[in-house]
Amino acid sequence: MWSGTPLFPEAASTIAGRVDALYFFLLALSAFFSLLIAGLIVFFAVRFHRRRPDAVGAQIEGGTVLEITWTVVPLLISMVIFVWGASVYFAMARPPDETLNIYVVGKQWMWKFQHLDGQREINELHVPVGRPIKLITTSEDVIHDFFVPAFRTKADVIPGRYVNIWFQPTKPGRYRLFCAEYCGTRHSGMIGEVVVMEPSEYQTWLSGGAPEGSLASTGAKLFADLACNTCHRPDAQGRGPVLEGLFGKTVRLQSGETVTVDEAYVRESILIPAAKITAGFQPIMPTFQGLVTEEQLLALIEYVKSLRGLPQVESR
Amino acid sequence: MATVVHPARHYLNEGYGIRSWLLTRDHKRIALLYLAGVTFFFFLGGAMAVMIRLELATPAGDLVTDETYNKLFTLHGVLMVFFFLIPAIPAVLGNFLVPIMIGAKDLAFPKINLLSWYIYIIGGLFTFYALVAGGVDTGWTFYTPFSTVASTTNVVPTALGIFITGFSSILTGLNFIVTIHRMRAPGMTWFRMPLFLWSTYATSLINVLGTPVIAITVLLVALERVFHFGFFDPRLGGDPVLFQHLFWFYSHPAVYIMVLPAMGVVSELVAAGCRKPVFGYPFVAFASLGIAVLGFLVWGHHMFVAGESVYSALVFSILSFLVAIPSAVKVFNWTATMYKGSVSWETPMLYAYGFIGLFTIGGLTGLFLAAVGLDVHVTDTYFIIAHFHYIMVGGTIMGYLGGLHYWWPKISGRLYNEGLAKLSAGIIFVGFNLTFFPQFIVGYLGMPRRYHAYPPDFQVLNVLSSAGASILGVGYLIPMVYLMWSLRYGRIAGSNPWGAVGLEWTTQSPPLTENFGETPVVTWEPYEYHARVEGHVA
Amino acid sequence: MPDVAHAHHPALAHHFDDLGQQQEAATLGMWVFLVTEVLFFGGLFLVYSIYRVWYHDAFVAASHELDVTLGTINTAVLITSSLTMAMAVHAAQLGNRRLLMIFLVATMALGAVFLGIKAVEYYDKYTHHHIPGAGFAFEPHELSRHAQIFFSLYFAMTGLHALHMIIGLGIMTVMLWISWRGRISAEYYIPIEISGLYWHFVDIVWIFLFPLLYLIGRHA
Repeated sequence: MWSGTPLFPEAASTIAGRVDALYFFLLALSAFFSLLIAGLIVFFAVRFHRRRPDAVGAQIEGGTVLEITWTVVPLLISMVIFVWGASVYFAMARPPDETLNIYVVGKQWMWKFQHLDGQREINELHVPVGRPIKLITTSEDVIHDFFVPAFRTKADVIPGRYVNIWFQPTKPGRYRLFCAEYCGTRHSGMIGEVVVMEPSEYQTWLSGGAPEGSLASTGAKLFADLACNTCHRPDAQGRGPVLEGLFGKTVRLQSGETVTVDEAYVRESILIPAAKITAGFQPIMPTFQGLVTEEQLLALIEYVKSLRGLPQVESR
Repeated sequence: MATVVHPARHYLNEGYGIRSWLLTRDHKRIALLYLAGVTFFFFLGGAMAVMIRLELATPAGDLVTDETYNKLFTLHGVLMVFFFLIPAIPAVLGNFLVPIMIGAKDLAFPKINLLSWYIYIIGGLFTFYALVAGGVDTGWTFYTPFSTVASTTNVVPTALGIFITGFSSILTGLNFIVTIHRMRAPGMTWFRMPLFLWSTYATSLINVLGTPVIAITVLLVALERVFHFGFFDPRLGGDPVLFQHLFWFYSHPAVYIMVLPAMGVVSELVAAGCRKPVFGYPFVAFASLGIAVLGFLVWGHHMFVAGESVYSALVFSILSFLVAIPSAVKVFNWTATMYKGSVSWETPMLYAYGFIGLFTIGGLTGLFLAAVGLDVHVTDTYFIIAHFHYIMVGGTIMGYLGGLHYWWPKISGRLYNEGLAKLSAGIIFVGFNLTFFPQFIVGYLGMPRRYHAYPPDFQVLNVLSSAGASILGVGYLIPMVYLMWSLRYGRIAGSNPWGAVGLEWTTQSPPLTENFGETPVVTWEPYEYHARVEGHVA
Repeated sequence: MPDVAHAHHPALAHHFDDLGQQQEAATLGMWVFLVTEVLFFGGLFLVYSIYRVWYHDAFVAASHELDVTLGTINTAVLITSSLTMAMAVHAAQLGNRRLLMIFLVATMALGAVFLGIKAVEYYDKYTHHHIPGAGFAFEPHELSRHAQIFFSLYFAMTGLHALHMIIGLGIMTVMLWISWRGRISAEYYIPIEISGLYWHFVDIVWIFLFPLLYLIGRHA
């Protein structure tokens, strides 16, 4: 039993080493101060142990220099830890510009993964080693949390919004995935694995293919099936804004505010069109709330993203 | 020395019968009413913990179903937090001691004090009802939309139970604030008050400012669940993370409600245990206030991975480091007090020293969590559970037990068996560390919280933890036995068995109902041991 | 030495040294309680503020569905009731039992009028299907979801306020009773004074609620 017991987790991402370094520093610091305090307590308790039942202690009221010292020194140490922790956090919060994106939908009690090429996975995620991976996550129901201890990454997966989480795996292998936000009955069963593969193996796995084709092509089909193309035409003759070349740009709304066209904006525009009307257009788009699933929304978003590189026809 | 005699007239024998207890206005009797209540809820919540640790001794979820397990940890949290940790020291020790320590006959509002107890009991009954009606499985944190939409258990009775009990805390805090402001004896200036009163005052500030926010929050959860209002449900346009902000705005200061009174007890124990003033009295007093104020500014550190922005995370991180400083100052001051003290090894003092060590470890692990980059990995794992249990159990409960033992002779007029008491303290210390230290390790390994079953390679650490829990449970049961036994058969205590300094030690044990024959006039500084002969006499 | 007359005052509680200390404690206690009420309502105001910023258009449309006339009348009613309350305290300070009781009754009557008008408004919301829940219906339809949040807040905030009014009426009933029994005098009128504080607080909450709920996006 003992031999199979790890005492420290594997480190399998580029950020893991930085997290562990901070951890070891804090361990050392804590050990030092704990032993110092414990040691002093034991030492004083023995050294000054009450010998006579009516003995009293020395009348010492305090010492301002000591107070200032032991206020300022912990403050300085804390600030060092703060800056260190913040810098690690910045690296975690900012994915690189070029990432391999994968969509993740959490639901009670499973993880659904959607690769851009169309492969779907449940509870098992295949990724290549050595590339930054960005997961665009959302939940279908309650709050979940995507946690891979070996990568030292974690983020809550929230219904009604997209949360990005990124990591770069450094070693091939299978790494445990846990849901780390209590989500109901089978919370502890909502586990899986991230399978990190050598690039060549990953290519082989990818070409195992997906029957329906890429996510963007699924989205294109939906776009036609749901008749989006009757208003959103590439020639600017439709009653809705042109979507070609739109993703990532800034648009001006009727209210005068500007907004960036990102995943969240596209999702909101499909579900609550009236929330943000583009300037110069009528509020006539119907809502698709209840008519599309979270995964279909992701496919539509990928389709709109795929139109990004196209030249944009001037809208009126 | 004259033979110690049990006083003829005191608050316990002034009136017998159930009515004299259930309709009492005497703060000391109300304290004992609370003692009964918190002890009941402690053992009920503790029984849940025993079940949890039994289940976790094996990786598979084989002792109870997952639904039952989820209800066990939820109720463990709700009962321990709202019905034990928050009320225990203020409502038991605070109620008993605050008037006596400031030289008053009672609190400012005795009838409201009794009302507070009834409110506490009614809130407890609602929660107890939720328990027997099938339990509740949302976690004590009630995160939405699970609690408002998905859970099929007794959320509303539990929410109402917490709502009602919250008013008990608010009224107790209000009572203490007015009492300390308006009823100090002649000569008792703020800086002549014992440090327990400073801690109680700071705790009461948090109680009155923070508790109303949890009240409105759980009320909104109940309304949403019953009427589908939509504040926190994304399908209706609400924001589930807004709930978390409202919840933690109270629940973070709440942890200071839980630990500040224990710190106040420790100040008294260290002063009495070393027979000298607490080193740096003004710094310790202001540190209590500082903790109370800063404690309201850090709630976002519970939400670093919950979707708050990078910049707000950094603000909360830096403030969380700041709030650690006053606690550190207190630890250093207590330790320095022991230097050249006349250091006792009696049980209450052992609990105090245990508190200082374990609170230090718990507080230092707080630094791990305030560092955002590290918190991302350990949040929602057993590392967090270990952290807060070090503070709540290694800290607050040890402070509570230390205070209970220290003031037991005053409360009951009797002495307990010192040998058994020391044995229990030792068992508790060992059991506690064995239970919770392995949890730091298994947490960093990645074992998430609230897991009914876990991967087999986590088993060894879990077994150690469960073994520790069984030892800890025994340790908690033994004091029940010898404390009850002492009520009848314990040695008569006399007014000041510890040779301590403080107004409470000038009264008889147990005290008169009106506490003092005549109002004391205070002309001495706190903890003036060098000037004493026998206690402190006006 | 405490004043002998005060030491035997029937209202002096045994644990206080004198009536002055008792009255100071009561006043401080009521102020601390009102601070807790600020935090209690404050949570709701925070939720309101956030959703108003996010869903401005829906909030404007929903707010326009409220009856500003009735709301204004209610505001005037409550402000007047605070006036009668202040006059009740004044009468108590002067030891004028008759005037005290008259003003207490006036305050209660105005409070009852307020609640009556609120009931009319709630019924109106019911007939328009603006009560959140299964039967909720709002035009234009695409603002309906967020309008439901507005109405949820409307009912939660005004409902909580109305509950405090009802409690206030209960307190005033007790005050009327003890005044009638002659327990209030120029020397001891603190119950009236702190009840007045509570009443004024409930009034002030309404003074915030009225513009926030009724006057969104309305211009002169």
